[in-house]
Amino acid sequence: MATEYTFPENAAKAPAAAPDFGPERMSISMGPSHPSTHGVLRLQLELDGEVVTKADPVVGYLHRGDEKIAENMTYNQFVPYTDRLDYLAPLANNVAYAIAVERLAGLEMPPRCQATRVVISELARISSHLMGLGAFGIDVGAWTVFLYTFTEREKLYRLFEELTGARFTTSYTRIGGAARDVPDGWLDRVGAFCDQFLPILEETLALLTRNRIFIDRTADIGVINKEDAIAYGLTGPNLRGCGVPLDLRKDRPYSGYEQYEFDVPVGSKGDSFDRYLCRGEEMRQSVRIIRQAIKNFPGGAWYAEDAKRIFAPPKDKILTSMEELIQNFMLVTEGPQMPPGEVYFEAENPKGALGFFVVSKGGGVPWRLKIRSPSFCNLSILPKVCVGAMLTDIVAILGSFDFVMGECDR
Amino acid sequence: MSVIQVQRKPLTFAERTYLPQVFGGLMITLRHFFGRRVTLEYPEQRPEIAPGYRGVPTLVKDPNGREKCVSCQLCEFVCPPKAIRITPGEISGDGPSAHVEKAPREFEINMLRCIYCGLCQEVCPEEAIFLQNVYSVSGYSRDELVNDKEKLYQLGGTLPDRHFKWDKKQAAASASPIAHP
Repeated sequence: MATEYTFPENAAKAPAAAPDFGPERMSISMGPSHPSTHGVLRLQLELDGEVVTKADPVVGYLHRGDEKIAENMTYNQFVPYTDRLDYLAPLANNVAYAIAVERLAGLEMPPRCQATRVVISELARISSHLMGLGAFGIDVGAWTVFLYTFTEREKLYRLFEELTGARFTTSYTRIGGAARDVPDGWLDRVGAFCDQFLPILEETLALLTRNRIFIDRTADIGVINKEDAIAYGLTGPNLRGCGVPLDLRKDRPYSGYEQYEFDVPVGSKGDSFDRYLCRGEEMRQSVRIIRQAIKNFPGGAWYAEDAKRIFAPPKDKILTSMEELIQNFMLVTEGPQMPPGEVYFEAENPKGALGFFVVSKGGGVPWRLKIRSPSFCNLSILPKVCVGAMLTDIVAILGSFDFVMGECDR
Repeated sequence: MSVIQVQRKPLTFAERTYLPQVFGGLMITLRHFFGRRVTLEYPEQRPEIAPGYRGVPTLVKDPNGREKCVSCQLCEFVCPPKAIRITPGEISGDGPSAHVEKAPREFEINMLRCIYCGLCQEVCPEEAIFLQNVYSVSGYSRDELVNDKEKLYQLGGTLPDRHFKWDKKQAAASASPIAHP
């Protein structure tokens, strides 16, 4: 005889009724552990057969509270945390953060430091786009591309390792300079990389650009018009793919970008294929910038020597002189000394405009640090773009957006 | 401002048949098939580690065998994930480094927390802590992954010293006419 079971009053209950979609609609969750959502993005989709009628991105699975963490440590201690924003281009994040705080202090970097930052930003852009293209290829079924882009990316990581001491979590910049100077011969190896990279890039892109299967999967999929792109705050290759020629390296040059000649690629239709083409062209332009930078690489100081209250003295001095020893202790324990004020700085990162809004009340710790992450803003257009697309197209659209959840959720 | 529009030429008839792409792709694959291998048979083959690599943090001794750390706790302070714990101690007795006065009684680095950022090495005013080239860390328990002082010195070994700052200091003190307390 079965005993009758009654639920206790306070037991968790299923929702009284599932949302009513009518007889035809179905609601599914894509992600957070779906291979094509590049991390932990979850899309709450509503389907009518194969056609998406509604798409809600659910973000926050990778939220770590970086902005709050920043308020509890000195400016330099936060540098390792910027690695973990867009973890496919940590060097570019380091540079953006350092420049933001230096703007707050009103520091002008010596030419060598600026050139180094340009070179590493562009190398980071190449490595990020290589990863983006490879993953995009896999998303739409082209495995081979990924293998070749990863081979190239590995070469870049060898260069990063030599420069910074780590492949992934570079933590290279400091407020007012860098962790170390460029090693001997490193620039030659960067040049050698560029020389052998271009033919391989052309070969790899040729696998996709004229490939009918790839074009069928991406052309006219996820079309964004210019007005929407601007209204939703898209940046980076996703915006330029829609035909808006906004590139912060050109429009608001920082770190000496105005000295270099390069073109800004824009798309014509604003579909997934245009976004892919823009990334491909951006890599060629990055190589152009790197070549110009290492050709006339400036000598001289690689950190701001006058900024005694911001950048640590050389190690030799710390070991031998009492003044510098005390200065080092002050810098580490109290942080680089910033004037009160606030600053907003955006850098053109591989994924788009990465902005840091720093509010200082003086001293070595930010009072508030807001991060404007390009991936987050780029994803905001998904509910609009995905509607009307087929379920398989969602994969192509997500792949073409090339977002990173570490940055989106921060 | 130079803006270029990316080209999207329509596919030719040949390209619409997939065939040129198929053969082109196969050619590329074949060339890579007979080309130089890009992978390593890890762990039998190990990658070459560049100088300045940021591996596991270690403590080092100077060529005279003196432990360099004076437990100033600057690394403990700066460590972003708070992986370092130091209990300061004193150097007692009349040993050769008694004039240094301080040394860590305990020094622990929790490798489960460490993010290999290298800030400890950067701020150390004694060049006592170094991130060296060990990069693969594993253990059976959490306790095993907390490196104590003994383990840290064992990992670190001896590194050349450029200054011998404490030896110089001692020499200067014994040369000066004022009696050292």
